[in-house]
Amino acid sequence: MLSKTYDPLKGKKLEILSAEGKVIKPSLMPKVDLASVRKWYETMVFARVADQKAIQYQRQGRMLTYAPSIGQEAASLGAIIPTEERDWLVPAFRELAGWLQKGAPLENLFLYWYGNEAGSLLPDSVRMLPISVPIASQLTHAVGLAMAIDYEEKDEVVIAFCGDGGTSQGEFHEALNFAGVFESPVVFVIQNNQFAISVSRKDQTRSKTLAQKAIAYGIPGIQVDGNDLFAMIAATQEAVERARAGEGPTLIEAVTYRLGPHTTSDDPSIYRSDEEVEEWKEKDPILRLKRYLISKKKLTEDEDQALYKQFEEEVNTIFSRIEESQSPTLDDVFSYTYASLTPNLEKQLRNAKQFLEGGE
Amino acid sequence: MTLLNNIGALNQAFDQEMELNPRIVIYGEDAGFEGGVFRATKGLQEKYGKKRCFDTPLAEAGIVGSAIGMAIYGLKPVVEIQFSGFVLPAFNEIVAHAARYRNRSHGKYPLSMVIRMPYGGGIRALEHHSESIEALFAHIPGLKVVIPSTPYDTKGLMIAAIRDPDPVIFMEPKRIYRAFKQEVPNEPYTVEIGKAKILQTGTDLTLVAWGAMVREAQKAIDLLNDSNISVELIDLRTISPIDRKAIVTSTKKTGRFLVVHEAVSSFGPGAELISLVTEDAFLSLEAPPSRLTGYDIPVPLPKGEHHFMITPQKIASEIKRLIAY
Ligand SMILES: Cc1ncc(C[n+]2csc(CCOP(=O)(O)OP(=O)(O)O)c2C)c(N)n1
Repeated sequence: MLSKTYDPLKGKKLEILSAEGKVIKPSLMPKVDLASVRKWYETMVFARVADQKAIQYQRQGRMLTYAPSIGQEAASLGAIIPTEERDWLVPAFRELAGWLQKGAPLENLFLYWYGNEAGSLLPDSVRMLPISVPIASQLTHAVGLAMAIDYEEKDEVVIAFCGDGGTSQGEFHEALNFAGVFESPVVFVIQNNQFAISVSRKDQTRSKTLAQKAIAYGIPGIQVDGNDLFAMIAATQEAVERARAGEGPTLIEAVTYRLGPHTTSDDPSIYRSDEEVEEWKEKDPILRLKRYLISKKKLTEDEDQALYKQFEEEVNTIFSRIEESQSPTLDDVFSYTYASLTPNLEKQLRNAKQFLEGGE
Repeated sequence: MTLLNNIGALNQAFDQEMELNPRIVIYGEDAGFEGGVFRATKGLQEKYGKKRCFDTPLAEAGIVGSAIGMAIYGLKPVVEIQFSGFVLPAFNEIVAHAARYRNRSHGKYPLSMVIRMPYGGGIRALEHHSESIEALFAHIPGLKVVIPSTPYDTKGLMIAAIRDPDPVIFMEPKRIYRAFKQEVPNEPYTVEIGKAKILQTGTDLTLVAWGAMVREAQKAIDLLNDSNISVELIDLRTISPIDRKAIVTSTKKTGRFLVVHEAVSSFGPGAELISLVTEDAFLSLEAPPSRLTGYDIPVPLPKGEHHFMITPQKIASEIKRLIAY
């Protein structure tokens, strides 16, 4: 079992693909074909472009606050790759590449950050909960889903994300404890991007690793190079298989870095150094996979540049659709609080309409 | 018909609904093997197995949060918070999530679930066991808040809560869990959520109460038997959504309004009721609408609790003051 070999208490971290794009642990390399790797690379690039465009739109005053995932594409994507369509994704709010891999349209994500709840109404085929803004409380929902899956004796697994800051929340611990006690089919992924807004990882907890927190709950935990797509796939694959086999939850710590700001309202230059950022840029998950694909002759520099260009156009088209989309109606904002309007809401809606129509 | 107290009515409601609907799961701290510290879920684990009725770790946010996940999946969780005073660790789950999922997901993830908890004072309990915090929940859009006062209503409202498409906070007046019995139909039935009940018609004053205060109000009316004062007594039954129509219609008829609740006064449910009476029945009022409530202090420990409690004497005296106004 990987979590035995890569014991977080001994400071071991699972790595398969080096920053130079070389497979350094061939024996652990997941069975993947190059065509799929190329497709995943494209998903990562697409996510990167969408993020960068979103920041740009925001700077132009065309988008509301946005939380980019730049630098975390592999952690997010790698954790979803070993799951099936029937499995569930419970995201935090920074899961763009995983979101896309799960089949959720970029339209929805943009619509949400554009300020329209309709973005959270995902197609039925996409088994995924909406973005959760409160930190870490979504993990208990993931456990509940997993408990229900057990109850219904379904062959499904839940994969749930939170950040390094999220591990300090009480509900992170309640979720892990519940999942351990009930042996629920859930995989927790911590996206340790080194910061919770401005608070650094070392100021978040005295634990040496975040993965070792699993030990307190009697479940396996493993620290993984989160910028290494193959390591993320390998670790999650094992965790998903364990969950499917009825062997309970796993905690995965994906060690990664938030290359962008926390959100478009944040200025990371006041709490981290340029040198640190530069260092992490060398470990960029996209750069790493690009080097790998080029060495395997599955990608050329020209093709790569063409990809960025093509995706920029696609993202622009999607975003212009968002800008042209209708704002919610008055009925819309009243409609979804209860199954049907309470008498009180009926009255408030009637008054609001009268005011609009009467113009007084 | 069977003669049941409130606990028996709850237990029967769970039993019958679980029998009918295999997707119902019931859990909480001590809710499984022991059947809850008040025994509301007694026998359910034995009958339906550990899969459908079980104990959880001692963690309220975990209980409510996992119930949210279950409800999203399509199960029907009915979870127990041991005492309402301990729901606060789960408050985030209730307010930030349970109340909002339907809205957040634009209707895709409605949460049909029940969060039940014993509440209220008068049982000589420890600190944090006596508060009435219905207003905290009633203030939150997306929740329904139900409080029964009789075994008949307890069974009917609980079944309605379980079948309701929205999250229901079901607050149980623990002081009257076993205080009296009532004939309850054997078969499952529902009492509509959102409808108040006129317990007694009258012409001089509208008195609104719920939970354990209904009994105190009835005793107050008995005290006034010789006084020729005709009180209309309404059991609110649902704190949210409120039955505005019943309150306003009655107040228009009687011209006087009194609300009695155990909860502390400021920003309490009484304020809401008086506000709606003033908005919709102002011209009918012959006295300022009034509230008789707990004081704005933490409920005192048992030795001092009598100061805090609403008694029939206090209610009768307030009724007389309003009549003489
Ligand atoms: C319960 C809660 N407290 C505070 C916030 C405000 N807040 C939003 S994001 C954030 C930091 C989260 O850090 P982390 O969990 O590491 O995730 P990251 O943003 O780095 O992905 C904070 C404090 C919140 N959303 N929810």
